[in-house]
Amino acid sequence: MATIFIPTMLQKLTSGIKKLELDASNVRQVVDRLDEMYPGIKDRLVEDDEIRESLAVAIDGDVAIMGMLTKVGENSEVHFVPAIGGGF
Amino acid sequence: MTSNQVLSEVEYNVVGTRPVRPDGVDKVTGRARYGDDTNLTGTLQAKVLRSPHPHARVKSIDTSKAEAFPGVRAVITAKDLPFASLSKEELGGDYTALKFATDHMMASDKVLFKGHPIAAIAAVNGHVAQSAMDLIEVEYEVLESVVDVREAMKPGAALLHEDLRTNDMGETADTPSNISTHMSYATGDLEKGFAEADLVMEKEYTTATVHQGYIEPHNTTAFWNSDGQLNLWTSTQGSFQVRATVSNILRLPVSQIKVTPMEIGGGFGGKITAYLDAICAVLSKKTGSPVKAIMTRTEVFEASGPAPASWMRVKIGVKNNGKITAVETEMAMDAGAYPGSPVMQAIVCAFACYDVENGKVDGYDVVVNKPKSAAYRAPGAPQAAFAVESLIDEICGELKIDPIDFRLLNAAKEGTRRIEGLVAKRIGLVECLEAARDHDHYKSKLENGTGRGVACGYWPNRGFQSSVVMTVNYDGVVSLIMGSVDIGGTRASIAQQTAETLGIAYEDVKPTVVDTDSIGYTFITGGSRTAFATGIAAISAAEDVKEQMISRAAKIWDTSEDDIEFVAGMISHKSDEELRLSFKDLARQTATTGGSITGRSSVDPSGEGNGHAVHIADVSVDQETGKTDVTRFTAIQDAGKAVHPSYVEGQMQGGAVQGIGWALNEEYFFDDTGKMLNSSFLDYRMPTSLDLPMIDTVIVEVANPGHPYGVRGVGEAAICPPMAAVANAVTSATGNRMRSLPITPGKILEAGWDSVKS
Amino acid sequence: MAGVTQVQTTLNGEVINFLCEPRQSLLECLRDVLGMTGTKEGCNDGNCGACTVIMDGRIVDSCLVLGVEAEGKDITTIEGMATPEGLHPLQQSFLENAALQCGICTPGFLLASKGLLDQEPDADEGRIRHWLAGNLCRCTGYDKIVRAVLQVSKAK
Repeated sequence: MATIFIPTMLQKLTSGIKKLELDASNVRQVVDRLDEMYPGIKDRLVEDDEIRESLAVAIDGDVAIMGMLTKVGENSEVHFVPAIGGGF
Repeated sequence: MTSNQVLSEVEYNVVGTRPVRPDGVDKVTGRARYGDDTNLTGTLQAKVLRSPHPHARVKSIDTSKAEAFPGVRAVITAKDLPFASLSKEELGGDYTALKFATDHMMASDKVLFKGHPIAAIAAVNGHVAQSAMDLIEVEYEVLESVVDVREAMKPGAALLHEDLRTNDMGETADTPSNISTHMSYATGDLEKGFAEADLVMEKEYTTATVHQGYIEPHNTTAFWNSDGQLNLWTSTQGSFQVRATVSNILRLPVSQIKVTPMEIGGGFGGKITAYLDAICAVLSKKTGSPVKAIMTRTEVFEASGPAPASWMRVKIGVKNNGKITAVETEMAMDAGAYPGSPVMQAIVCAFACYDVENGKVDGYDVVVNKPKSAAYRAPGAPQAAFAVESLIDEICGELKIDPIDFRLLNAAKEGTRRIEGLVAKRIGLVECLEAARDHDHYKSKLENGTGRGVACGYWPNRGFQSSVVMTVNYDGVVSLIMGSVDIGGTRASIAQQTAETLGIAYEDVKPTVVDTDSIGYTFITGGSRTAFATGIAAISAAEDVKEQMISRAAKIWDTSEDDIEFVAGMISHKSDEELRLSFKDLARQTATTGGSITGRSSVDPSGEGNGHAVHIADVSVDQETGKTDVTRFTAIQDAGKAVHPSYVEGQMQGGAVQGIGWALNEEYFFDDTGKMLNSSFLDYRMPTSLDLPMIDTVIVEVANPGHPYGVRGVGEAAICPPMAAVANAVTSATGNRMRSLPITPGKILEAGWDSVKS
Repeated sequence: MAGVTQVQTTLNGEVINFLCEPRQSLLECLRDVLGMTGTKEGCNDGNCGACTVIMDGRIVDSCLVLGVEAEGKDITTIEGMATPEGLHPLQQSFLENAALQCGICTPGFLLASKGLLDQEPDADEGRIRHWLAGNLCRCTGYDKIVRAVLQVSKAK
């Protein structure tokens, strides 16, 4: 099972739960399962079927390069972190 | 005393040596072609009319007199851009983004900063275009402006965008605000952490708007051919980025645009945004001629993107032994006229040097009536480091703990989980701190009236897409083709990694930077990514070449490819010692074994490996004038593996000196309405050779496991520590803490002198 | 608009003639009239030194000199520093010492350094730093530039 870290600002949607484990083989499944458990959370993470521009999803510390299609390993950690803003 | 040390873990044949760069002779003889050196037959010169007001509604623009001026060939305003004729319905969700992008390039209904483009003229020469600018009549309704980041956040502040609402991670506020985005990350139990502390300190810090200060002004030449093909020759850190911007604003397919990146005269993040390209393109379409523009230095200051001013509150709790128990920060940065400051990177970087169990970081992206901020070397991180590293120095003073010992006690290392949640991989912060502690600079005695400060810095570094193609000529020389713009040694460092992989001489690799039609997508030269990501593309293309050479040898020797190995530039049969060919021998036989050999690779690598730097600064402060002189400076940084140590040292020294300028001199002066008052190099005072000592360096090499040769990016971590290092040194010299940058003589005199110190 | 003036000057050892308007700077004449783009524009107001050339033995910012003022003068630009025999020792030293990153300020620094060492072949670090204070470099922090000039200076 992958460990999903709930972003601090969305923890009010998960009744304060900071991380949880779930079965998912890619990012899309992570987001869909989360939304089944905590309706509305997907809208906060996803826009037009892509991770919001202000966010990046990281799998085991590496920023995902295939967005919603990025594979999630059996024991992966999944984080939603700030995207690189301002074009750097 | 050595001034430049390299602490190597592993030695290679070519990687780690210091050859002359391939583009060097062109650059010391004046032959290199920079953007403004482009001269196509019949080129017209463009000038941009800019707003004199920081905030105003545009009521009318009359260009007729300018159009009639002898020598003027075309005048454009925002009406000539596609956005003007697209409806909100047609654009849907893209409406706001395209409005911001187009308006930033040329204002339609409102101007949001002094210098905001209003119209552009193409004429037979620049003097004519300049004269005709005075004939454009613009009627403005001047609006109240807001300049300070905290003022802009207050309810009731003048609004830049009537429809901008704060986005709280996907949740949009009901009422308009200048705060475009708020983000927050936390870990552990903050309250518990602070309760456990023996000492809690909390302070506020501010930094001023500063500019990257590249010496070459923005420039571009556009030619919109009759066949619909748009060609751009420009000074940019990313040709594909320019292509994307122009494609978006002009609603053109990317393949209709060819961007040729010319040599670039500095960027530091400031040459990612394309300011002039679409303007020149539209003028070229209108006139049928090539159109060239170059910004004046005033335009560069007033209308390109500086780094944001910031306000930061930092709170840290520690045990008496120096162990950190909790940290907290709130940071607000001004994005300028349109959203997009790097404040979220600032909050992620703020405490990344430390192993923190309980922490919370909040960032606010705020629009104000200043030019839209752009990236500047480790965007966001230098401001954050100034605040955090200053407070840590203050805590060390209170606890009477050596500042390096304090940092070693709390340093992030492999396995440290950061506040945003990611876990550090193999990093070299501890090794850098140890090198600083053991350096003779740190051990040297301070002279009377001088002070010493240390600080560390963090930048995550980046990967992203890069493409490389290489062909093997029949003389055994490899032509290396890449899309990464060479901003300071890229050709050399990529050629070195290629030569290392192929086992050939550095001189036998000839790199060329090509246009967007001639190579696969390549992201900008920036983010400390190029030596890493384009390096990996080159290594992988070289591996492709090696495989093909093995297969050629298999044909020649009529054996299986499995029987052949490619080691150190020699292709050999594993069991038959007689069968050996050098790279050059085999290259000579390509024509008769199936034709030329081309290796290729497009990558989007992760594993970039975080960068860390530690700086030691000595200063002397003149008690009469308050002027601070940097008397000795040592920059220590983990490069993973320095591909070309001289250019790594150059990055460390250049970053340190930009930081010294940021600390002591550099600042945009605005009047109350947001008009910049010092838009020249005379009044915006960057460090000169006379202001500085030699900058000593120590390259620490803790191999990055994410790169075949252990390479980490080095460009950006180098600008994170210097402001705090200098500020801490000033405190050490004067006894007073400086929490506002720049630390001008005036501020030092105002703070006075603590008699404890001399 | 004023008419054009013919100017005769010695440029990199050769007597040449060119036409310019009275309002054109020497920098503009070099780059746009003569097509010699090795001299760079950084600020066009005499504060960065990227357009430095040597005029009658003195270093000047060519953006602050009018084209017509070149009449009868002897001017050296970056295009005149190397000879068919090879690079000038300063050019070679800049290469070997990695004294350039982006390279836009390099022609100006080379001419300014030549101007110094032609007059004071044994300039020391302090003198070099003082002399080069009119030339801005944003990439290097000056360390490697000063070292490169020191290597050619007889002072060392």
